[in-house]
Amino acid sequence: MQKGESLFASVLSASIRGMEVCPIKVEADVSNGLPSFIMVGFPSTQVKEAQDRVRTALKNNGISLPPRKVTVNFAPADIRKEGAGFDMPVAAAVLAASGVVGAALLEGVMMAGEISLNGHIHGISGVLPMVIRARDMGCRLCIIPHENLPEGRLVHDMPVAGVKNIIEMMDCLKHPQSYTQRENSGGLDEEDEELPDFEEVEGQQTARRAAEIAVSGFHNILFIGQPGTGKTMIARRLPSIMPELTFEESLELTRIYSIAGRLSKEHPLIRRRPFRSPHHTSSAQAMTGGGRNPRPGEVTLAHRGVLFLDEMPEFSRKSLETLRQPLEDKMIQLSRVNGTYVFPANFILAAAMNPCPCGYYPDMNRCRCTAGQVSHYLGKISRPLLDRIDICTEVPPVSFTQLRCSGKNESSEVIRRRVEKVRKIQSLRYKNETVRFNGELHGKQIQTYCPMTADGAALLGSAFEKMQFSARSYHRILKVARTIADMEEEEMIGSAHIGEALAYRVLDGEYRS
Amino acid sequence: MEETRCIYKNDREYPANMRNYSSMPEQLYVKGKLPVAGQPAVAIVGARMCSPYGRIQAFRFGKVLSRHGIQIISGMALGIDSEGHKGALEGRTPTFAVLGCGCDVVYPARNRSLYDRILRSGGGIISEYAPGTPPMKFCFPARNRIISALADAVLVIEAKENSGSLITAGFALEMGKAVFALPGPVTENLSIGCHKLIYDGAGIAYSPEVVLQELGISSEEKESEETKEKNRDSGKKNKIGLARDLNLVYSCLDLRPKSLDDIIRKTGLAPETVSRCAVELTLLGWIEETGRHYYVKVK
Repeated sequence: MQKGESLFASVLSASIRGMEVCPIKVEADVSNGLPSFIMVGFPSTQVKEAQDRVRTALKNNGISLPPRKVTVNFAPADIRKEGAGFDMPVAAAVLAASGVVGAALLEGVMMAGEISLNGHIHGISGVLPMVIRARDMGCRLCIIPHENLPEGRLVHDMPVAGVKNIIEMMDCLKHPQSYTQRENSGGLDEEDEELPDFEEVEGQQTARRAAEIAVSGFHNILFIGQPGTGKTMIARRLPSIMPELTFEESLELTRIYSIAGRLSKEHPLIRRRPFRSPHHTSSAQAMTGGGRNPRPGEVTLAHRGVLFLDEMPEFSRKSLETLRQPLEDKMIQLSRVNGTYVFPANFILAAAMNPCPCGYYPDMNRCRCTAGQVSHYLGKISRPLLDRIDICTEVPPVSFTQLRCSGKNESSEVIRRRVEKVRKIQSLRYKNETVRFNGELHGKQIQTYCPMTADGAALLGSAFEKMQFSARSYHRILKVARTIADMEEEEMIGSAHIGEALAYRVLDGEYRS
Repeated sequence: MEETRCIYKNDREYPANMRNYSSMPEQLYVKGKLPVAGQPAVAIVGARMCSPYGRIQAFRFGKVLSRHGIQIISGMALGIDSEGHKGALEGRTPTFAVLGCGCDVVYPARNRSLYDRILRSGGGIISEYAPGTPPMKFCFPARNRIISALADAVLVIEAKENSGSLITAGFALEMGKAVFALPGPVTENLSIGCHKLIYDGAGIAYSPEVVLQELGISSEEKESEETKEKNRDSGKKNKIGLARDLNLVYSCLDLRPKSLDDIIRKTGLAPETVSRCAVELTLLGWIEETGRHYYVKVK
């Protein structure tokens, strides 16, 4: 290297903003001047720390940087760079700029990974979306931490290399072929974990039926019942009767969980519908996704699955109210100082509650609450939220004889087959619509797709007057009746379907004693 | 809406039957009317947290008594009190509520529509507390003495062992008024108070006629009316004898709330059939949903 000469190198990396992946160019320049290490281009504190990690790691692996002025730039400069994934690209760019590896080797390469002081490369979150982005951009190679290899390999048409330490990384840049060879489909073997099954639920005919309707038509559901009767048990089994994930849905979920850093190392692909049950102390941010650069919240983690709110009235009002937008739009939009982020949030809301604070309300011998307490407890759930719940069912206490000498219960698989049939009917009917399920129908679509027989209309008419429900309840009842009719493969909604849907309506007033 | 008036003990309007007792307040605040002197009045009191059985009976007694020109007096609390008033509104004799707060304060707030209906139907809201007084715990037992003073007889529908309704009954006994109690199942906590009253000598209100008799009112003309109604209903029931499922579901219900699962088990029908039948019977007015998926017979 001649005096006064400066060397330049750049490599691609990526930053995750919400669900999006922004490619970031990491540039390094080594030039004459007072020995220093400068980072520019809006790096966060975590990213700035990379310089110490990189320098120490290189030293510990016997590579010493020349005492010159090192400048690292992240482009574009208007995006804040966060996370420890920039360690590896910074190291690579600096090595190339100082002539240890050829700068040309970095062309068309995207890399990310965290470096420890001894040169080991640790796993990071968000590898899958990054690799997908690299493929879409036409990169020739992706270098990721070895820990994340099964996740990165989920993208079939992209050469992905996993490296364990800095030396391997340098080697990989020189001989990528030996790292990108795939062993025969590792990471795709089955997880043999037993799923909860509806077979284990004794009795509860009404609640079982309600659960099946809810899943068939993608309706939100509320379980009411005394403590210990099986509300949670039934809710937990909802994913088991939902149709299995398609590969696209699986990949979509894996992307979300990758960004949230919640993938298992061995079996990264998510093949089960998620069941999220946040504790009732969860904050609004935990539900929606929080942070300056927001990460997926519970509503997004429950995407394509079930979000279960146990003891719903115990949730803070703020946490509950945040659910209104995602329930309506099937996604959540978060605004932060540096932009607006959109996360998918298409889930079935299942909620459970006791009928009163002590839990025994209709049983006057055991309930110790005052009338005011009971109505206050039920009033904690706001009307607008209740309006988005289509089905409300009771989970009564199970008697001893039922527990002991019950016959064989229907298994989840049998129910799931029926559900799949109903879903197919819906996908045929709505092939030219934006909605996919009965539960998502809106105003005008309800008129088009929910034709009633004369009997059905008469029954709904008399119920409308006698039970005094709102226009909104009217629509919800029609949607549920649509699903029930679909379950019986009827095109017209008859009085039997309306009658059953009415039984599951959400009570407009509060309980009466 | 009508103005609240203040009536002093030496005003002509002050209820005559309250003047006889020393513990009565110096002034009364009234919105609407006061009970008509000389016309019989019965107080219907009971638990706020009542059972469907109590609720239905309170309504029935209120309605039948009111139809015979009896003024129903109660406290407009949730539960039995409210149902008594509602029954009375159906019977079309004015009904009167004695509150434990200022009579312009609607407590509980949920009873706003009941409050308005009482006033619109020619009844009245009465209180010994100045307008604007918020509801306070100690005010409620105190207003019970006014309830029993205004009434000729006190009917306790449902009461737990230490219920406030028993305070009303106690005042009534002191004042020498007739006390009636509604019997119930011995297993229910809500019946203990009533059964104790009966043990202590209260009348057993096994039907509204018992109370009517005590007040010296003949119940004949009305009886025919109720039987007529009954006949009409049973006729209808027979007519839909075709709908076997409906009958099956209806026949396994009684006065204690039963859940849909209970009905499913008893009738052996499919869940979808049972829930549909329950809704149809509710719309016919024969059964009632008292809690989510709990049903009782009404007729």
